[in-house]
Amino acid sequence: MFTANRGRLALIGAVAVGAVVALAGCASGDPLGSGSSSSAESSTLVVGSQDYYSNEIIAEIYAQALEADGFTVDRQFRIGQREVYLPDITSGKIDVFPEYTGDLLQVLDDTATSGTPDAVYSALTKALPSGLQALDRADASDQNTWTVTKAFADKYNLTDIASLKNVTEPITVGGNSELETRPYGPTALSDKYGIVTAGFKPVEDGGGPLTVKALEDGDIQLANIYTASPAFDSGNLVALEDPDGLFFPSNVVPIVSAKVDDKAAAVLNKVNAALTADTLVALNAQSVNDQLAADKIATEWLKKENLI
Amino acid sequence: MNFFAEALQWLVDPANYVGLNAIPLRLAQHLGFTVVTLVIASAIAIPLGFLIGHTGRGRSVAVASAGAFRAIPTLGLLTLVALSIGIGLNAPYIALTVLAVPPILAGAYTGFEAIDRRTIDAARAVGMSEVQIVRQVEVPLGLPLLIGGLRSAALQVVATATLAAYVADFGLGRYLFAGLKTRDYAEMLGGSILVILMALALEGLFALTQRFVVPRGVLAGRPTDIRTRSSRPRPVMESAIEEGQKNVHSK
Amino acid sequence: MTWIWANLDLIWDRTLDHVVLSVPAIVLSFIIALPIGWLAHRYRASRGVILTVVGLLYAIPSLPLFIILPIIVGTSTRSPLNLVIALTLYGVALMVRVVADGLASVDLDVRQSASAVGFSTWTEFWQVELPLSGPVLLAGLRVVAVSTVSLATVGAVIGVQSLGSLFTDGFQRGIQAEIIAGIVATVVLALVFDALLVYAGRLLMPWTRSRAATTVTDNAAGSVSTAATPASENRSREIAR
Repeated sequence: MFTANRGRLALIGAVAVGAVVALAGCASGDPLGSGSSSSAESSTLVVGSQDYYSNEIIAEIYAQALEADGFTVDRQFRIGQREVYLPDITSGKIDVFPEYTGDLLQVLDDTATSGTPDAVYSALTKALPSGLQALDRADASDQNTWTVTKAFADKYNLTDIASLKNVTEPITVGGNSELETRPYGPTALSDKYGIVTAGFKPVEDGGGPLTVKALEDGDIQLANIYTASPAFDSGNLVALEDPDGLFFPSNVVPIVSAKVDDKAAAVLNKVNAALTADTLVALNAQSVNDQLAADKIATEWLKKENLI
Repeated sequence: MNFFAEALQWLVDPANYVGLNAIPLRLAQHLGFTVVTLVIASAIAIPLGFLIGHTGRGRSVAVASAGAFRAIPTLGLLTLVALSIGIGLNAPYIALTVLAVPPILAGAYTGFEAIDRRTIDAARAVGMSEVQIVRQVEVPLGLPLLIGGLRSAALQVVATATLAAYVADFGLGRYLFAGLKTRDYAEMLGGSILVILMALALEGLFALTQRFVVPRGVLAGRPTDIRTRSSRPRPVMESAIEEGQKNVHSK
Repeated sequence: MTWIWANLDLIWDRTLDHVVLSVPAIVLSFIIALPIGWLAHRYRASRGVILTVVGLLYAIPSLPLFIILPIIVGTSTRSPLNLVIALTLYGVALMVRVVADGLASVDLDVRQSASAVGFSTWTEFWQVELPLSGPVLLAGLRVVAVSTVSLATVGAVIGVQSLGSLFTDGFQRGIQAEIIAGIVATVVLALVFDALLVYAGRLLMPWTRSRAATTVTDNAAGSVSTAATPASENRSREIAR
């Protein structure tokens, strides 16, 4: 009886050993390729992107433009939120990353103040750690707003943020949980404009469809939605004007490592110059409304603009 | 390691005990959410489990679907439901109920199945009706495994209920998300410690419950000579608490 | 639905990523749980402590664990290793108790017979206790496999690609078909792993085929050891005779 088991045990052992070997292979081979920016292939540029569909489209545009000019590109897309990927950018594991001027500046320097797009851009170039460089900023931007529904805006005659004073019902704010403590958050509304909000409801989708739905359902009255969101296309949402510069302008800007030479930089600057505010909204709409994949959207646009 | 020191500091900071984000309030919300989810899941799973356990019908369906249900990722379900019904607590309740049903269901019917068939035959022989058999024989004898299932469900719901804060201003998950997004790891770790403490407290509660609800006879009648077993396997009872604990890995 | 047909290759890629993350975690949790479970089984004093500690591991919410782990372990923040380690921890939490229960399910008579014919503790473990507790271990491993596959989706939140990436992307873009595809693919993958384990179990433990066919399926439903224990005891008696 037990002798029969001996063979089986050998089999079990073989399977276990095989699994361990396979595992070791995985561990050193880094299955998802995140560490594959090995120094051996110095000609390869690593392009990264946030875990955000719009950012992925821009990264894909950069990648395809570089490839069309003969560069080899390693795509490391959708690698999470800023706190996850920022260390890898600063340590040079990623060579090209589409960022947003104001958003990145606030992370790098929490005493930074808002201003014109150019002022924020130049502040960012100074705040970047050594070894990193910001190429030309695009006209396209994707910045925070205080947004209400059209019906709500009409009811209280709302145009800019200060006009929220007209509202007589309680205002519940919705957005990512960090919004609650950000310098432009509910506290700024009360300190700067005397607008007291009734509460904060977290919706962790970065101003996505669920936030829009919450606005429409009346679960929240005021939300933070990014300017390039295709949700504004419907005409049912109004982004309140921000004459006092509560929000930082956040233009699209490629953050690059020293490995990006003048030739590559020229390619990226050329692409970025064509990236207007309306373009970004249109690209996002293709992703959300037509449900196209990022690489297809990027190819189509680059061809249309004669960039590849 | 000073992350833990910071987290402990966060836990005792008086500033975290006032207002709408106070620790006691978040604890109460989290506990309330867990209890309500367990009640909803029990209302679905226990009658169904008793029915399956008593009749033996639908068991293969239950077994097969329980495996699939267990594999449903809560995050995916939550986002899907939230997209169709909006923000607030309803979407988390639905997603977490789906998480809690399989272990409770399994606890309910395996509890019945583990009963010695001769006991049930005896009950039938002395003239008990089917309803009486269920209420007076099968339910009390199946309790240890049912409570084990509930305990396992409670543990999972407490840990996963943090996701409610994805779409609602509710529970201990608020500390996790806020800490994550603002890179305030003390807050995030402090929140996690609270979740673990609550899980511990519930464990203790279930251990006590088992001690009180399991009929004395079940413990007294513990089989000592395993050679005299019936054709159907009987539950091998250790203490009631150990027996319940066996079910914890039914995630 | 059109999204799904247009993105089959994406779903397939994410499925492969998911396999690469979950398989090492499942294998590692089994290997690590064996000695710990044996310790818990062997000494009464260690049993309570070990089982309580591993039980608590399971109560740690996954999201903060994924974030804190790199800080503690010292891996890169977005290394897939973090996820593998975290999933392994959860797997061990489930599996240790199963191993302890599985070893406890081996009939005392059998163990004594093994000692009587001169097996050392080491050979007794490998040649008697481990094979005889096989069905219980298999049942536990099936639960570990299914829950690991399910949990791996949370990795998307920390930037490790998996089927969970379909949730976050679908959530941002409001594409419900993408989220549904992610859920269905996760469930299917879990069921495939489960079926493979059942098949492996039949290959490795042919003696269980006739009797344990039903018992083993029960266990996937929940009460891993409680359902399996009496049956495996029966079986061990049979073999001993």
